[in-house]
Amino acid sequence: MSVRHALLALLSEGPKYGLQLREEFEARTGEVWPLNVGQVYTTLQRLERDGLVEAADGAVAEHDVPGGPGAPGAPQKAFRITEAGSAELTEWLRVPPDLSSPPRDELVMKVLVAVTVPGTDVHEIIQAHRTYLVQLMQEWTRLKEDDDGTDVAFALVVDAELFRLDSVVRWLDAADARLRRAMADGWTPARAPQATMPALARRRRMGVRQ
Amino acid sequence: MTVLELRSISKVYGRGAAEVQALRDINLSVPAGTMVAVMGPSGSGKSTLLTIAGTLEEPTSGAVMINGQDAAAMSGAAKARLRRRTIGYVFQDFNLLPGLTAAENVSLPLELDGMSSRRAHLAGIKALEDLGLGDRAARFPDQLSGGERQRVAIARAVVGERSLLLADEPSGALDSVNGEAVMRLIHTYCKRGTAAIVVTHDAQLASWADRVVFLRDGRLVDQTVPPAGPESLLEQQS
Repeated sequence: MSVRHALLALLSEGPKYGLQLREEFEARTGEVWPLNVGQVYTTLQRLERDGLVEAADGAVAEHDVPGGPGAPGAPQKAFRITEAGSAELTEWLRVPPDLSSPPRDELVMKVLVAVTVPGTDVHEIIQAHRTYLVQLMQEWTRLKEDDDGTDVAFALVVDAELFRLDSVVRWLDAADARLRRAMADGWTPARAPQATMPALARRRRMGVRQ
Repeated sequence: MTVLELRSISKVYGRGAAEVQALRDINLSVPAGTMVAVMGPSGSGKSTLLTIAGTLEEPTSGAVMINGQDAAAMSGAAKARLRRRTIGYVFQDFNLLPGLTAAENVSLPLELDGMSSRRAHLAGIKALEDLGLGDRAARFPDQLSGGERQRVAIARAVVGERSLLLADEPSGALDSVNGEAVMRLIHTYCKRGTAAIVVTHDAQLASWADRVVFLRDGRLVDQTVPPAGPESLLEQQS
């Protein structure tokens, strides 16, 4: 998650203080991702170093500052976004994040290995993971129960988690069905066909893409 | 209080070489106020489990207890009364009668149960209003959206204080927003004391349930433990 760009987005609305940025970040992400104030200031310092934000003292109205600018412990420094910061933010919004898979997805590895370990029922292993994932989904759904659907940011975050977990459950279902069919046809992992060299090269390129 | 209890339920279709064991030794109990979701691939016995729980079909062995009464020991008339008064059914394709308005569809089971048509109609309107469908009461099913039709079907299933709701892929044909609305609704009824079994292959919908059980080749192979409060998620994150 890019705290850096989230802060730039908040500053694109106008100059703000650090504490204010933290509160607004948490509110706009459905309060699901807590952010400590130290992280906010470290990020702001880096943004300032990179010329993406600059000091804007006196530019923030007092009533916009949590506890007031003179509140005990309240840092005095306000920031505003620079032109370079706005350009960076616009660019970031459009560039797809890296969604290439990790080189060795751990759950996929577990299922592949379970097929080969003697005395292991791969379907039982798959079910154990399925149960765990659905349980996790139940916990996320519990969070939705308290909300009547008016907190849209929160709903977006929870939906993203639920869809992500759901896709893993679906993969397990598909893997389960594929293995059942293959085993019924007499397949064993020892009898895997060898891929041709060009096919092998393509597979590896895809598998280690970062 | 346990509304539904399945005790060692088995179901066999056919004989000899054509014999199919649809359910094997199923034990499941659903207390009032609880939603249980049943997940499993097609052919795992999910729908059979639901029709047996709803007394629409008899098990080959085992007992179906509804509100403490053994369904097998009931007369045909008593069982029919149970199906009219205690159990509500929701199906994937809604099963609304096309020639009746939304309100008439909802009030029909009450009228069939002997309630005066005026009282049944008022109860039907009230059930629709509860679901935010008061202004759709006079519309026919083909004048409603898919999501509205399914909500009418749920109103029909719960009207008249029924204690057991049985739903087979209740949001199968709906998009995810409408699907969630349907599950929220069933969830709300459960919080008011209804017991429900929802059969689904969709993990997102199943995750609305208090407990999810997994069916495979007619057996219950696993179930989720009742989830901890949301606090555990926050601990995990920090």
